[in-house]
Order: sequence, then structure tokens, then C-alpha cells
Amino acid sequence: MRPFEYARPETLAQAIALLEHEGGRARVLAGGTDLVIRLRDGTYEPAVVIDIKRIPELAPAIAEVDGLVRISGGTVMTDVADSALMQRSFPALVDAARVVGSVQIRNRATLAGNICNASPAADTAPALLVYDATVVCFGPGEERRIPLDDFFVRSGVTALAPAELVTAIELPLPSGRLGAAFQRRTRRRGHDLASVTVAVAIHDRGEVRLAFGSLGPRPLLLVGRVGDEADLIARAVAAAAPSPTSMRAGPEYRLAMLGVLARRALDAASASLRGAAA
Amino acid sequence: MIPINLRLNGELRAISVEPHHTLLDVLRDDLDLTGTKECCLVGECGACTVRLNGRIVDSCLVLAVEADGGEVETVESLADPSDRSALSPLQQAFLSHGAVQCGFCIPGQLMAADDLLRHVAHPTRPEIEEGLAGNLCRCGCYYQIIDAVEATAAGAAGEQK
Repeated sequence: MRPFEYARPETLAQAIALLEHEGGRARVLAGGTDLVIRLRDGTYEPAVVIDIKRIPELAPAIAEVDGLVRISGGTVMTDVADSALMQRSFPALVDAARVVGSVQIRNRATLAGNICNASPAADTAPALLVYDATVVCFGPGEERRIPLDDFFVRSGVTALAPAELVTAIELPLPSGRLGAAFQRRTRRRGHDLASVTVAVAIHDRGEVRLAFGSLGPRPLLLVGRVGDEADLIARAVAAAAPSPTSMRAGPEYRLAMLGVLARRALDAASASLRGAAA
Repeated sequence: MIPINLRLNGELRAISVEPHHTLLDVLRDDLDLTGTKECCLVGECGACTVRLNGRIVDSCLVLAVEADGGEVETVESLADPSDRSALSPLQQAFLSHGAVQCGFCIPGQLMAADDLLRHVAHPTRPEIEEGLAGNLCRCGCYYQIIDAVEATAAGAAGEQK
């Protein structure tokens, strides 16, 4: 690995000042499960690595505040998967967090980092989209709240400004009953990147939200109504743009599996909504 | 070099590390704890698994400086520290179930299995498979490894199935 300097700010203000000062020469370190790989293979050659794990506001925490659940920037996948609050209110996100990497990766990888890397295959992205997540960003100006659907730009690119950090992800607690499900296709069981990811949330007022990943430059969200599921699936397949050259799966296969997994997720979400009603 | 303090296998240590050296680098090259293995270096194989602050991690993806103020436990912590030949029941079960062929992945497998058994006293086979999904064995001893974990959980280490 090429040498770099290491900074460990103890306040948000220090971290932002460092980011402003270093500009593009800095990289932010949270869990490191993607960053350290890229430091080693030379994709990134920063002058300074800024470790944000000692900033108190980012300490792992999942808390209910004013009708929403706030997941701090330092919260790792294991914390999300083990949280009773998350299991009760956002089961599709828990299912997604449970399949990220391996135990070792989930103990280290943060939910915020999964979003900031903006990988099209990010396992948690579709579930966060159907649950209407907002990304809380802190920078030199004011705190900003960006809807996750506006946060993703394309593979590896987000709406985050150069000197901004993601301090939390917020999920509104559903106002009525919600049935949700997550589906994922990988080449093998166990530790693998997804070829297709799908999440669905069906609201008892009739709104259906479907999001999918690994089928284009960024995860996509579509909204429809109960009764129009076939149309929603057709729109999803039409909007998908799978890579023609990916080694993980061919485009025809991914499109076919999107249809299958979308149907399964819709059925599971619907069953979960009926179960919640019983 | 950056000075760091850590509790390593129960012992307080004050060392200096390069910012770009991983916890794996420092364990093996500076601290001579070579039980932890270097293999894929991308967090896929689990050969470098150690416990950091109570949770297992791939030490190839952790900078050594990140362990500052923390607690690190390596495979060397499993056996009785006063008698290194006194293997833990889990280690003994790996041997008696034929789970160790070339042995390279075993330190990582042991750390992951030990962690699983701390969280789930009597895991099912699918739970063992999931708990060890981050540890690859190129010899293909998965069945024997799972048998060994199952036997340890059942308190039957050392007995042949």
C-alpha cells in the first residue's frame, strides 16, 4: 500500500475543516471494507485518510426520534441486523443488511458507507429506497437532507459535496401498515456480490414501491398502485440497463431474474401486509 | 510512525505503526503473531480473521492504527496461554474430525467458529454455514469443519462421528 497520512478528528467540525483543507487529496475512512481494498490496489492514492469513527455524532446508534428512525453514520450492518427496532419496522432492510458480505464484513461495513460508495450492487440501497430514506449530510454550510433517490447519481458518484460527510440516514416510521420484502440473486450461496437485488414495500393505502439494483448505473425506484403490479414489473424491466460485459451475469439473465424476483418480492410483501392485518 | 496502545490477547501493548500498515501486517511482521494468515487481501477468504473489540473482522481490511485503544484477540488466544499444547475443545474437535488438511485457512475458521459459538450456543448446520460463510477452505473440508463446530457445541469434542 502506498504511504498516506492518517487523521482522526474528534469533532465533526474538525473533520469538515480537514476535508475542506485537503480537497481531493483526502479519503474518508469509516468501516474500510471497500476503502482499504482500493488503497491497496492503487485505485485511490490519497495524501491523507480521515478516520471518522471517533466523532461522537457518528458513534453507532439507531434511535427513534419524532416519527422517524435515525441510523448514525458509524452504524454497521451487524447493528442494523440485530436491532429490535429495525426488525420490527424495517424488516426488508434487515434482510438486506444480513446478506452483505460475511460476518466479518458486516461487523465493519457501515450502512452509510454502503450508500456513499454508490455501488449499483449495494445490497441495502433498494430497501432504503422503498422505505423512503433520507441522507443527512453535514458540511461547511448547513446540514442538508437529501432524499436517497436524489443522492444516487451513477456508479460511485453521489450528490454529496466534496467537503461533506454523511452523518446519518433517516427512515420515516410508516404511518399505516406496510408489507415489505427483499430478494437477491447471487452466483452462489454465501459471500458474493448480487447479480440482482429487489425490494418492495406495499402500503395499506395502496401505494406500491419497488426498487432494484445491479441493473444499471444506479439503483432505481418505481412507484405504482396495488392492482398494477404487472405494469410495475414491466416498467422496471424497461428501465433496467444491465451491464453487457459484467462477469457476474449476462444482461438477458439479469432482466429475466428481475422479473422473477420482483414478482416474488411483490408476493412476499403482499403476504406480509396481510399477515400484519391479521 | 504513529504510537498506539492496544490490549493484545489480554496483554497491554504500546507499539508504533505506519498509517498504511494493516492490522494483519502488524500482527504478522511486527508482533510475530503468524497464526493469522495473509491470503486474498480483499476480505473474501477470512484467513486473516481476528477479533477486534469483541467482533470478528478481516484484519487485512483494518488499518493497524484503527486498533488504537482497542482489544485484539488472535488465534493464539484460543489455546491455554500457560500451556500452548493444551488446545481448546474447538481446536481439538477440528483435529479429531479431520477438518484440517493443509491447515492454512484453519486459524480464520477457528476464530469465526469460536465467535459463532459465543453468539449461538447450539447452532443449526445452516447457521454454522452462514457463520463461516466468510471463510474459504481450498481443501474443501467444509463438511468436516461444520461437523467439528457441531460437535463442539454438543460438548462432544474429540468423539468421532
